[in-house]
Amino acid sequence: MGWYIGRRLLQMVPVFFGATLLIYALVFALPGDPIQALFGERPASDAAIAALREQYHLDQPFIVQYLLFIKGIFTFDFGTSFSGRPVLDQMLEAFPVTIRLAVVALIIEAVFGIAFGFIAGLRRGGIFDSTVLLISLVVIGIPVFVIGYTAQYLFGVKWAVVNPTVGGDPSWFDLILPGAVLGALSFAYVIRLTRNSVAEALSADHVRTATAKGLSRPRVMTVHVLRNSLIPVVTFLGTDLGALMGGALVTEGIFNVPGVGRLLYQAVIRGEGPTVVSVVTVLVLVYLLANLVVDLLYAVLDPRIRYV
Amino acid sequence: MSETFARPGQERFVAPLEETPLQAVDAVDESAPSTSQWGDAWKQVRRRPLFIVPSLIILLLILVALFPSWFANAEPRYQELAKALGGPESGHPLGFTRLGTDVYARVIYGARASVTVGLLTTVLVVVVGGTLGALAGYFGGWLDAVLSRVGDIFFALPLILGAIVMLQALQAGSVWTVSLTLALFGWPQIARITRGSVLQIRGNEFVTAAKSLGLSRIAILWRHVIPNALGPVIVVATISLGTYIAAEATLSYLGIGLPPSVVSWGLDISNAVPSLRTDPWVLLWPSIALSITVLSFLMLGDVLRDALDPKGRTR
Repeated sequence: MGWYIGRRLLQMVPVFFGATLLIYALVFALPGDPIQALFGERPASDAAIAALREQYHLDQPFIVQYLLFIKGIFTFDFGTSFSGRPVLDQMLEAFPVTIRLAVVALIIEAVFGIAFGFIAGLRRGGIFDSTVLLISLVVIGIPVFVIGYTAQYLFGVKWAVVNPTVGGDPSWFDLILPGAVLGALSFAYVIRLTRNSVAEALSADHVRTATAKGLSRPRVMTVHVLRNSLIPVVTFLGTDLGALMGGALVTEGIFNVPGVGRLLYQAVIRGEGPTVVSVVTVLVLVYLLANLVVDLLYAVLDPRIRYV
Repeated sequence: MSETFARPGQERFVAPLEETPLQAVDAVDESAPSTSQWGDAWKQVRRRPLFIVPSLIILLLILVALFPSWFANAEPRYQELAKALGGPESGHPLGFTRLGTDVYARVIYGARASVTVGLLTTVLVVVVGGTLGALAGYFGGWLDAVLSRVGDIFFALPLILGAIVMLQALQAGSVWTVSLTLALFGWPQIARITRGSVLQIRGNEFVTAAKSLGLSRIAILWRHVIPNALGPVIVVATISLGTYIAAEATLSYLGIGLPPSVVSWGLDISNAVPSLRTDPWVLLWPSIALSITVLSFLMLGDVLRDALDPKGRTR
């Protein structure tokens, strides 16, 4: 097991450097002068430009800039944005909000997705099953911003059950609607995954044995069918946590949630290179670690799998 | 006695030697129609409504994208500010946008941008990802290791996130840059699928047979492996086409994809947001068109999966 973790961590190293280098190159190596952009149309003194250039290491060759950035990351020094705020402060404000949003989304998609998928899997081919399959397809087909605005209009404006927008320092209740919108796509995937997995488990030998032993139907269904069919679902939910945090961009924009997605989007639009590369780097790390944890979780949940 | 040589599971293929003349064992019904994987698939899907309905919608969509003027008389860029956000009237069945353009005409003309980006991205992704994936799967070794790690790098960056950074850096949104960007972050998915599929085909007996007949490695890959490995790739490509159209709309909605001069559903949805509370219909029509389009490709992909990819069958 320890051997396996070590090998996986080693494999993550080139992916981490490749992904961050790619983003860094996209942000900093392309034409355009971010320092000149700071001054807009106004003329700036050469001394001021040179000082700023040195402060952001822009006077160095590209690869040195990148290595200095990586060195900063490992010492928790994310630098300052061009507007002068420490990037770490910005991230410490934004990440808790997005983590909370992602957790809300995860709970919603897990509870409803597993419940619907379980019932659909038990009655495969029935009306409930067909309806749920169709709904999941429709949810996958409708882009998230369409779902977002429709939900905002219906629940926030027309029936006014929740606040249409969230604003600063959101409560858990405020995040239910944005969380549901953010989790909608994965909810559809969880339904389909659970349904197929349950349907497969129903015809498995161990389930037939359990029934033949005379166990009650509820016990067979919960302990022998549901528990075993949840393994792929749990692993999907694990990888989804990373995807949700990176994918919250649109949802956070619609509901005005001050999270990572909005921070990143505004940083991209305003040309705040230091913020963009730092946030993306953290998101890449979250994604890679989530994948590792899920792979390990797999072995814990399914004793047949052993890593060497 | 032949039974004693049969491996478990193969018993039924072995005819008892004493009673059966050799010709009877070797006899193949030559008059039977030859069925290929594609023929089988076609037979399976052609009567299913889940195949027919999305196919018809996609055909109609392509027609609308090619000849929008057949379907709408109004000019999508013609503004009548006096009628901004006005309701339906004769010749303008869906009313007017905030800028006084005809909603129906814009929905019709918006199909072209979506379909072009979707098709262009899919072609790029299949050509690049398919080639690299097939090479990685077929040759294995260091080539596979390198290509797989490069794919992992792009996988670690979410599609929309990578795309907005790239498009902002390019500073010039057009159908081409949007497609290229989506393809840059989309090819590893097809590469992975192709690699897996090729790996599976590579071990088959007919590949060994082709090798022992003296075919070159490239010829085997091109003529025997790739045609048989295409099934899952086509399935995923169809579904991806839908997601690329959705991604283009999302990028345009964020103001970072197509420029405002292009008529596109994503931009129209974005422009309709400020009047959402008073006139939700202006936002709803392009949303409906977009959703039906994406949904059609997803449904088609789902049905094709049942027919072409026996391992991924949902029922």
